[in-house]
Amino acid sequence: MAMSDRLLPLSHAPKRATSETLLTRILLIGIAGLFLGTILFLPLLTVFVEATRKGWTPILESFQDPDTRSAIRLTLLVAAIAVPVNAVIGLAASWAIAKFEFRGKNLLLTLIDLPFSISPVISGVVYVLLFGAHGWLGPWLSSHGIEIIFAVPGIVLATILVTFPFVARELIPLMQSQGTSEEEAALTLGASGWYTFFRVMLPNVKWALLYGVLLCNARAMGEFGAVSVVSGHIRGLTNTMPLQIEILYNEYNFVGAFAVAALLAALALLTLVAKSALEWMFAGELAACRRH
Amino acid sequence: MLIQTRRSLFLTAAALSIALSASTSRADKVLLNVSYDPTREFYKEFNEALAADWKARTGEAISINQSHGGSGKQARAVIDGLDADVVTLALAGDIDQIAAKTDKLPKDWATKLPNNSAPYTSTIVFIVRKGNPKAIHEWSDLVKEGVQVITPNPKTSGGARWNYLAAWAYATKALNGDEAKIKTWIGDLYRNVPVLDTGARGSTTTFAQRGIGDVLISWENEAFLIQQEFGADNFEIIAPSLSILAEPPVAVVEGNAKAKSNLEAAQAYLQFLYSPTGQRLAARHFFRPVDPSAADPADIARFPKLDLVSIDKDFGGWAKAQKTHFADGAFFDQIYKPTN
Repeated sequence: MAMSDRLLPLSHAPKRATSETLLTRILLIGIAGLFLGTILFLPLLTVFVEATRKGWTPILESFQDPDTRSAIRLTLLVAAIAVPVNAVIGLAASWAIAKFEFRGKNLLLTLIDLPFSISPVISGVVYVLLFGAHGWLGPWLSSHGIEIIFAVPGIVLATILVTFPFVARELIPLMQSQGTSEEEAALTLGASGWYTFFRVMLPNVKWALLYGVLLCNARAMGEFGAVSVVSGHIRGLTNTMPLQIEILYNEYNFVGAFAVAALLAALALLTLVAKSALEWMFAGELAACRRH
Repeated sequence: MLIQTRRSLFLTAAALSIALSASTSRADKVLLNVSYDPTREFYKEFNEALAADWKARTGEAISINQSHGGSGKQARAVIDGLDADVVTLALAGDIDQIAAKTDKLPKDWATKLPNNSAPYTSTIVFIVRKGNPKAIHEWSDLVKEGVQVITPNPKTSGGARWNYLAAWAYATKALNGDEAKIKTWIGDLYRNVPVLDTGARGSTTTFAQRGIGDVLISWENEAFLIQQEFGADNFEIIAPSLSILAEPPVAVVEGNAKAKSNLEAAQAYLQFLYSPTGQRLAARHFFRPVDPSAADPADIARFPKLDLVSIDKDFGGWAKAQKTHFADGAFFDQIYKPTN
């Protein structure tokens, strides 16, 4: 107080170093708002406006279409397989990376990140090269009557590959910051390995795990590129929702396309709402978790 | 958490069993027809007619799965193992590729059915906006200053190759076969193309939905479809004096069909395309039937009369045309230099 009293005789008001002028603030917030509006909000709004352009009846009709229904079923099925698989493998991988020292750890970390950095189309093409009729394993598979590519297993595999990093990436930083002292304490007190896993480690990371699973789910339902390459586009059999949207759009069925797009967007938004709701409901517990 | 893990395992198992039960279809026979883009509407109706006919003749229920996409891409998928019983593609060259790269169909597949295995034909026409504001009536109008032409990329699209060859055929006639002049003329034409889409449906969307360009060079059936979908009062079809006879071929992929014990059904499927019902439906969906007698005369009357050159007679077949015009470093690459 004494300091500022002595500074008062200055001709202009002192400028706070931690803040910008009003104009700058309005400008910056305005630009950010405009950007978010045009890049994020407006397109999302368009999806719902276009879908409801001709009222609700055509939307409900488009969900009666057997091909669209099968696409919704397939998308849910693929997510139902890919997400649990990635949750288990992601948990195992991040546990190994965060709690243990071993050779090739950095290599493993890089490999986990790989699906993030390569284009999904490449993820699809590698499966064609591997399991396609002229791929490495293709001739053996076809002689044994096993269908991978252009069938549901291929779509599931491609989705698992593309969405693999979500769970692991969410868990690794948290597990690394938590260290190993709690597990060590549990083990010295005589707890078994599994007991330590379920009673000590898992409760510590359950929120991060849930985030990872939710994000993984959103992406698994929305994946287009990799799935497009391995799907074969057989109507009513191997089209997922994103592929069905493209088909409907190309068939001039704009209401149908936007109806399915709106459903897909709604599923994604629901995922985000669930995430925010969990954050809000368990804010206290979450903070405790982060203090570790 | 243990309970949750168990629950998710259970859910996975449940989902898997649903998937398995869904994939075992109730039909006695299931065929897969791998086709190209503009045939979606036609085969939807044709498959129903075929299923009814098959049921009446054999008592068996048959269902047909469809896959559609760019013709070249679809051929690639069959080569990579897409389990097609029949292929119904845009170009003979694409089926030749399957024959060359796999042993699933014989090299002489085109001789197995009448008319080079093409049950219907089509041609290339122009679509302009209502009232034809740029007065486009002939190929020569497309190279005029200020006319924007929409056509897909011949390197990636089957339909675009027909467009290019139809233009080439016109230029050959108009310029008395002077190759240097023809190349300059084709170059002028493609300089008027603001967007070179990768496929025919992409170009249609660019022209009709996004409102870019003055004229769209298109499959005839696609042109009628645009009128049907976007309103006949918004677009006009213009037939130039000369165009090309496009013969979209069909073939049984014998290797796949045999393995699935579908050979007989697959052959019957393609033969049904040549039946009066098949021909009538083709005409209804704007394909020119090879035998117009069975079709509705009103459907036939919609097709404009124009002179048609043939790929075999005028270009020496697809293999030669592909090598001369569309291979890397061939005519199209020499003529077309992207400006932006």
